[in-house]
Amino acid sequence: MATLESQTIIDALEQQFPGKVVAVDHPYDFLTITIAHGSIKDVVRYLYNEPSFSFRFLTSCCGMHYPDAPQKFAMVYHLHSFTTNFRIRLKAFTNEDPPVFPTLTDIYKGANWMEREAYDFFGFRFTGHPDLRRILNMDSLEGWPLRKEFPLEDPFRKDKDDAMFGR
Amino acid sequence: MDVTNENKIPDPFPGTIHQTPGGGILVSKMDQVINWARSNSLWPLVFGTSCCAIEMMSTASAKYDWSRFGFEVARATPRQADVIIIAGTIVNKMAPVLKRLYDQMAEPKYVVAMGACATSGGPFFYNTYSVVKGADHIIPVDVYIAGCPPRPEALIHALITLQEKIKSGMTREQMKMEKPEQSF
Repeated sequence: MATLESQTIIDALEQQFPGKVVAVDHPYDFLTITIAHGSIKDVVRYLYNEPSFSFRFLTSCCGMHYPDAPQKFAMVYHLHSFTTNFRIRLKAFTNEDPPVFPTLTDIYKGANWMEREAYDFFGFRFTGHPDLRRILNMDSLEGWPLRKEFPLEDPFRKDKDDAMFGR
Repeated sequence: MDVTNENKIPDPFPGTIHQTPGGGILVSKMDQVINWARSNSLWPLVFGTSCCAIEMMSTASAKYDWSRFGFEVARATPRQADVIIIAGTIVNKMAPVLKRLYDQMAEPKYVVAMGACATSGGPFFYNTYSVVKGADHIIPVDVYIAGCPPRPEALIHALITLQEKIKSGMTREQMKMEKPEQSF
């Protein structure tokens, strides 16, 4: 089994996508690369197709919301290469609202439901997604519940008053 | 020999025995016999939406064994079930499904709300966008169980309470007829 070093991937990405690798970090020994927003799909496709990498499995992808950061929204992708037993985390930040990302469903079929989840909870839009609608919440829900500004309910609500239920 | 109270069978079967040579005649009311039969063969619906379902499965399996009390046959279809045990959190997206399952059950049908979530929303009572604050917002509940999750003994106690409710002989509709001017 071919072994893979973090530096090999970083060097390859910086050579293939000059200026698009924004930051590199190793939190808990987990290679984390921040990619410029517009290049995320090209990077993922390159990591998928490059034979020495072969990141053929999308472990997870999800949205993030940092309301006070200069770049408020981000997508996080965890990729896994079975041939080299190597994992990598990619991030892409944007300040658009709603945030728009290219879909990965044409690379990874499994991205379908995960991107629907990011749409459901954060309102992310994925261009090219075949079926972008809510997946876990009810269709009639208004707003994006995992955004920090989503109002949680009034603690002084009256509709659970015992008098309403005859007990 | 007359039918006397001395020969009455106290429990579990309703009625009295009229002794005759070589045996006896059992005298009872049809309604009571029907209620007795109903209460002792309650078929639960297989319905569990979270961790309470684990306790419900434990109650069904060998150590606690609710079939000792007549709940043996858990049915996977509402058409054949008598009682639905709401074992777990009901979220807004699940609410119409629960309503439909209840509507599909044949009369007479009974509902047990198991645990804090099914009773009131429990730990999700405050600050939630997705949880129904008690299954009684959706369907009428006969017996509530406290606990998070309740122990199997608590579930068995609730089911025996439901049996007593059934044996006491009036459906919800009949109770409404008895007290038409009751106001909530």
